[in-house]
Amino acid sequence: MLGRASMLLPCRSILPARARPFSTDLPAAPSADATFTEAWTKVIPNMDPPKTPLSFMQPRPPTPSSIPSKLTVNFVLPYASELATKEVDMVIVPATTGQMGVLPGHVATIAELKPGVLSVHEGSEMTKYFVSSGFVFIHANSFADIIAVEAVPLDRLDVNLVQKGLAEFTSKLSSATTDLEKAEAQIGIDVHSALNSALTG
Amino acid sequence: MAMAALRREGRRLAPLISPRTITAVRSSPLYPTLEDEGPLGVRHISTQVVRNRMKSVKNIQKITKAMKMVAASKLRAIQTKTENSRGLWQPFTALLGDLPSADVKKNVVVTISSDKGLCGGINSTSVKISKGLHKLNSATGPEKETKYVILGEKAKAQLVRDSKKDIELIITELQKNPLNYTQVSVLADEILKNVEYDALRIVFNKFQSVVSFVPTVSTVLSTEIVEREAESGGKLGDLDSYEVEGGETKGEILQNLAEFQFSCTMFNAVLENACSEQGARMSAMDSSSRNAGDMLDRLTLTYNRTRQASITTELIEIISGASALEG
Repeated sequence: MLGRASMLLPCRSILPARARPFSTDLPAAPSADATFTEAWTKVIPNMDPPKTPLSFMQPRPPTPSSIPSKLTVNFVLPYASELATKEVDMVIVPATTGQMGVLPGHVATIAELKPGVLSVHEGSEMTKYFVSSGFVFIHANSFADIIAVEAVPLDRLDVNLVQKGLAEFTSKLSSATTDLEKAEAQIGIDVHSALNSALTG
Repeated sequence: MAMAALRREGRRLAPLISPRTITAVRSSPLYPTLEDEGPLGVRHISTQVVRNRMKSVKNIQKITKAMKMVAASKLRAIQTKTENSRGLWQPFTALLGDLPSADVKKNVVVTISSDKGLCGGINSTSVKISKGLHKLNSATGPEKETKYVILGEKAKAQLVRDSKKDIELIITELQKNPLNYTQVSVLADEILKNVEYDALRIVFNKFQSVVSFVPTVSTVLSTEIVEREAESGGKLGDLDSYEVEGGETKGEILQNLAEFQFSCTMFNAVLENACSEQGARMSAMDSSSRNAGDMLDRLTLTYNRTRQASITTELIEIISGASALEG
């Protein structure tokens, strides 16, 4: 019986890397899940309880005692993961309070992003993206999660379209009547002027 | 031999050339057969019924095979999108943890299902889990209320029957245009505007592989509950240690965060459910084609048996007639 079980394990390793890890690799289910599973089995004994997102995630490492040398960055968009657990030296994010530099050992922070340029510094190379908006979470264990709605590398932006958009939204703001239209036009102006300064600056 | 072949052909053309119509219809419990009279007045058992059944089963097999191919191609298209969106909800769970057992007064269960049928049991599982959550929440106390927000026709059909008063919103025809984040965020906005909630539980089928779909529930807590849990310690205890940059108050940023979390989790959930739907349809249509193939084999055997029996009957009649003449 053990032989058959060990024969099954190699078969499962053929699964692609993105498949769920073996249940032995994951840590024991955290206590919140246990209370949920218990409560479920008491009330509905016939059905298996549904899974929760925690069982599908790799757990994060705990806060180390000394400041690590590299910052681990996860940069995700709705349709792609731009950077996944990439070790970098520094990132500069366009928070609502201004450009914020994040180094390893940064204090734990939650910040909302405004339209602007995000730059990732790794050694001597620097990659710049224009992000529309989103959030950045900096954890105490030098993990940074940047979630943006839309991000493009700067070389994909067209200067002429940016200028045209800026002019269009400025005229819309001056001709706007309701508060909603004014707000929409203002958002358009903010984004386009940020794009402009990103391309020129 | 040639006579038998001619008679077989004649039988097929019988409705056209024979002046005599089909007389007796003798139905037996298993194989309903028709007795008709051929051109020489010989009775044969008709294989027409079996042949009709074989033709229709073959057509069904072709249709289900085509549906499987269509589902496979749709699955391929949406699977890459789903796998790319999987990174989207992980930062939120890493920050805020996952508290499905949080004690809340106003629960909202968002059930995601498909619009079209023939996709196996995934919609029934989602509805069962939603009803289970409803029961779980009402079991904890009398003042707890659970409302439903339904996405998709199939869940609507099942939930409208017994939980009509608990349904807040019904949204259908989600997949008319290819799924994208803008559409889902508008949807999330609508739900957040119209429904009061302390906790939102999104019920969907997570796509593990083409044959395996895991029912999953993702919990998004409102800002007040998050603060309450953070103060009481436990899983969210270290949320207070996070500095919140910008904004007038911490609450404002956390409110935006909760809404963003909801739209991101919804996006992933809707994509995963669409993938599961196509995968389930593929396996349902595959087993259906296989069943049709088995049925066709059995019908072919019956057809051959009937045909051979009628030939044997003819031969016997001819031979016994001939031997009677010889005397």
